[in-house]
Amino acid sequence: MQELLQHLANALLLGSTYALLGIGLTLIFGIMRVVNFTHGELYSFGAYAVFFLEAALGVNFFVAIVVAVIAGCLLGALIEFALLRPIQGADIDTTMLVMIGAWIFMQNSELLYWGGVAKSIKTPFPEAPLQLGLISVSWLRIFVLVVGSVLIVATYFFIDHTKLGKAIRATFQDHDTAALMGINIKGIYTATFALGSGLAAAAGALLGPVFLVTPTMGDIASLKAFAIVILGGLGNITGATIGGFILAFVEELGAGYVSSGYRDAMGFVIIIVILLFKPTGLFTRADRIG
Amino acid sequence: MKRALPIFWLLVLFTLPVWLRDPYFLHITIITAIFIIAAMSLNLLLGYTGQLSLGHVAFFGIGAYASALTSLGFDIELPGGLHIVHAPWPAIAGFPVGIVVAGLCGYMIGKLSFKVRGAYFVIVTISFAEVMRLVALNWVDLTQGPLALNNIPPYSIWLPGIGEYEIWSKVVFFYVVAAVGVACYLIIQRLVQSRIGRAMVALKDNESLAISVGIDVTRYLVLAAVMSAAMAGAAGSLYAHYVKIIDPEIFLFIYTVTMVIMVITGGKGTLAGPIVGGVIFGFLPVVVRSYVAPAVQWMIYGALMIVIVFLLPRGIVPAIEQYFLNRKQADRPPDVAVLADLDAPKS
Repeated sequence: MQELLQHLANALLLGSTYALLGIGLTLIFGIMRVVNFTHGELYSFGAYAVFFLEAALGVNFFVAIVVAVIAGCLLGALIEFALLRPIQGADIDTTMLVMIGAWIFMQNSELLYWGGVAKSIKTPFPEAPLQLGLISVSWLRIFVLVVGSVLIVATYFFIDHTKLGKAIRATFQDHDTAALMGINIKGIYTATFALGSGLAAAAGALLGPVFLVTPTMGDIASLKAFAIVILGGLGNITGATIGGFILAFVEELGAGYVSSGYRDAMGFVIIIVILLFKPTGLFTRADRIG
Repeated sequence: MKRALPIFWLLVLFTLPVWLRDPYFLHITIITAIFIIAAMSLNLLLGYTGQLSLGHVAFFGIGAYASALTSLGFDIELPGGLHIVHAPWPAIAGFPVGIVVAGLCGYMIGKLSFKVRGAYFVIVTISFAEVMRLVALNWVDLTQGPLALNNIPPYSIWLPGIGEYEIWSKVVFFYVVAAVGVACYLIIQRLVQSRIGRAMVALKDNESLAISVGIDVTRYLVLAAVMSAAMAGAAGSLYAHYVKIIDPEIFLFIYTVTMVIMVITGGKGTLAGPIVGGVIFGFLPVVVRSYVAPAVQWMIYGALMIVIVFLLPRGIVPAIEQYFLNRKQADRPPDVAVLADLDAPKS
């Protein structure tokens, strides 16, 4: 019983960052029809940015996270502007190949610069975990859950209640009509990609201190994000949020009761089950967002 | 001339060991040839059906592991008390086993993901490769995990007069790989020039139209996936019995990237494309590696992939064909129709 509670608590804490990853990817796919293979690299970029700012420049941990997220947004905007804008309207295979190229390039530039040895990020939180009845949770993980949840709510607020968010929703529903209404579609694409990238960087910046930072951490993150997005339905934000928590629970329970070695394979199991029984995802509302 | 060309290339291929006296270059050539077979199999899916398999290395690795385990034997305990002991078989038996097992995996993946296609197929294949890596890493009883499968025996064939002959020689193994490569090339050629191939291309170009004339989409896509996976499995088996040691690293995504870049550089959807791309990217690392770190090599691959998609979206082979076509048209005297047109106002 205690073990089960502990697993559930861990999953809840992990789920918020998974949801961030999923929302970022599903936004970009929903609006731009781009399978963003650089998503995992922005995740590891977020983690490395925090590590670099803190260890090399001596920046405060919390400030480092904020800067990392902003840098992630900017990097995302740059990728969209330099690589995707010139091939706008190309078929999905072409954009996928370009994104794969960018993925390989980014990952290996990290490997070149940081080396293959895992880095750990120091945090200002006490080592001793918090005892909550039967379960114990580290302060860092609570911080991750709180910030992750705040970011999820903020993203919802941004999409539902701001002008830019409205423009994003309009573009999602109908590119051409949105353009006719005077929405700058190219700008919306860049903004969406920047937003999605920033969320990925935030997930990396939050999970980097929990685990270790390595150049290949993005691969697994990408695969998890894909699983989350298929689970929730491509382009569905609420689906991605719930999907993120579902994946975290399945992983945590699978690792706890089946085999810890296959923890990262759980996402694939989810993909298979979803494709077998409900290929459009669990929460599909036909082509709507927000 | 047209007839002579294939014979010329075959001659070049089969006399290669004579030119390449250096065993290191022969080794590189063999590895390159194995990867070209894998790239050709990827091209069948990517080039002719338009489905990007990003887990192609999974089929390659499955072929390698299945083949190696067939010839090494194993002893595993399955849940439910099922105890399976497999005594080592002759190494050559691993080759068909590798092909069949990889083909079956291709069938399952195809059946599963071609219901929805496109982005889904890409995601399913890439996840599949990662799961295979985890299985190879964690199922230690079967695969030895990170300790790798060692001492994989070389292929052995029974020759009249000589008896059992084990292929240790690089030169002989090169001919084995070359023969498999030529066989795969011919199979793909026959396939894409048949009704089936035309159906696949029709699906790629205009799916709704293809369906409306009665082409069974899922059936043809699954068929392509099975053929493609089986050939990748054959390449994997060759690889396992050539390098004689395989570990879970064989499932790394970077090998899929190598195959993809070979296909798109050479020209997807052309028979010669994967070969041209394969030769370039098989030998390029040898040149590059003496100057830069592996990470830089992969950075160059990533950048090249983007540059090729931007500048040469159809690949080298179609670009060359186009060049010769243009020259032919420039050399040729104007068409009769054009002359008639010029004559018209006078009369």
